[in-house]
Amino acid sequence: MSLRHIAFGLGVLIVGVVLVAGVLAPYIAPHDPFAQDLMQRMIPPEWMDGGSALHPFGTDQLGRDYLSRLLYGARISLLIGTLAVVTSGLIGITLGILGGYFGGRVDDVVMFAITCRLSIPLILVALTVVAFVGSSLTVVVLTLGLLLWDRFAVVARTTTMQVRTLDYIAAAQAAGASRLHILSREVLPNILSHLVVVATLEMALAILLEAALSFLGLGVPPPLPSWGLMIAEGKDYMFFSPWVIMIPGIALFVLVLGINLLGDGLRDMLGAGRRP
Amino acid sequence: MLQFLLRRALLAVLVCLTVLVVSFVLTRLSGDLAISIAGPNATAEDIATIRQNYGLDRPLVVQFLDWAAHAARGDLGSSYLYHAPVAGLIADRLPITLTLGLSGLAIALLVAIPLGILSAMHEGTVIDRGIGLVALIGQAMPSFWLGLVLIIVVGLKLQWLPISGVDTWEGYIMPAIVLAFSAIPALMRLTRAGMIDALASDYIRTARAKGLRTARIVLKHALRNAAMPVVSVAAVQLGFMLGGSIVIEAVFALHGVGYLAWESISKNDFPVVQAVVLFLAIVYIGLTLAADMMNAVLDPRLRSA
Repeated sequence: MSLRHIAFGLGVLIVGVVLVAGVLAPYIAPHDPFAQDLMQRMIPPEWMDGGSALHPFGTDQLGRDYLSRLLYGARISLLIGTLAVVTSGLIGITLGILGGYFGGRVDDVVMFAITCRLSIPLILVALTVVAFVGSSLTVVVLTLGLLLWDRFAVVARTTTMQVRTLDYIAAAQAAGASRLHILSREVLPNILSHLVVVATLEMALAILLEAALSFLGLGVPPPLPSWGLMIAEGKDYMFFSPWVIMIPGIALFVLVLGINLLGDGLRDMLGAGRRP
Repeated sequence: MLQFLLRRALLAVLVCLTVLVVSFVLTRLSGDLAISIAGPNATAEDIATIRQNYGLDRPLVVQFLDWAAHAARGDLGSSYLYHAPVAGLIADRLPITLTLGLSGLAIALLVAIPLGILSAMHEGTVIDRGIGLVALIGQAMPSFWLGLVLIIVVGLKLQWLPISGVDTWEGYIMPAIVLAFSAIPALMRLTRAGMIDALASDYIRTARAKGLRTARIVLKHALRNAAMPVVSVAAVQLGFMLGGSIVIEAVFALHGVGYLAWESISKNDFPVVQAVVLFLAIVYIGLTLAADMMNAVLDPRLRSA
């Protein structure tokens, strides 16, 4: 067991636990995450003075059970992370493969699109879109998906360029395979390991961005239990009860760290970082 | 060389034009701007007046061309919230964002380059792995949350630094550290990769054979060659940091360009929003252009590309 294996195992464990917590939230959450009880506001977690076993992680400023909100919040982070990566992956991989395979004018257009995307300030534009279109889960997912495709495109393009000249592509061309067949059946499977690593990076980024948007009040709309929103709502109370921002903040940090450890381990195992 | 510079400049102009369109379209996403500006209690007459005053009754193409023509001459329109020219509003707040961005970048480089060098010199060892893990932890830290935690610990409990505002220079320390966090992992990995390549090259072997001291080899010979990509990525990171400082400015209540943008977005002050998007994009385009040109001048191999 080297440090590398421990790190990867830890990543798998973290993501697994969060996934299970999110999926099973309706069964394991002790309370309804939306149920307010104004008589039970700001109860500290069980291990602190004044805490109760009824609310293991305490309650928020509206008396909602913090553990239940945290568990349901895992769903939102994972849902947004996954859907944003699927959307951005579709856009980025398509553009990258087209540019890398065809080269010339097509590649010029793809490179131009990537350059334009990179010069647009990410958070500012995401905030603007959500503010002007209206905040909802769908809008946040689509906004992030439409903005985070650049790294997919860059990696798909470079790896496609490396694969393009290999013999099995030439063989497929000689056998008269259609372009669509070559791109989807010959090129894509051979660059997939690199794209999986990118997907983990982008998922981590999407989750952090959702939290940041929700923190600024322009992400997932209340009363949904997004971790970023929980930190925003707890901000006014953090001086007297720091745990209101510590609990969702640590959850967010640990999940993103887990995804990054997972991605790093995959990179090592698939050799995605070292191929020329 | 001249041809390379001209092509690169032409690309920058084309990207600017695209961003011009994007920033205009963004603020039109709400459908009818006049209704959003007027607010929920407005009468139909109010809305009609607003529509006329802001020229929102004209066709979109006309509005865009009018705005673009003014923007090209440096006139970014007027904020309807502040009743002042947007260019002036941005200029007033720019020093704060710029100070924040530059000090964040300085901190990031001061941390990332030594760690990157250290990692490369001990490639594959526990030191290398450990530094890589630190980078992963930095990458996973939500910046706004780190800011709040620092405010509680350093500002409130230890009372070492002010918790918000920039009345004194100490006010910049915490926000700059938080901002630096986002750039450290990328800069560190790049320094490491560049140094590993450089250390494996022939001229380093020659230097070693000549019996030069390790410190001299690493700092003088290898770092010089590894530094080039770091310089261009540092320019890119500065661009990202200026754009991303909106979150940090909100956490620490710094009234910079990001704070202005956040405020304007929440209040539908669309002339400010589209101007700040355009402005930050142009700063980024300028930074990457400058970095590319500097690289072309420094590295003769790039000139023929």
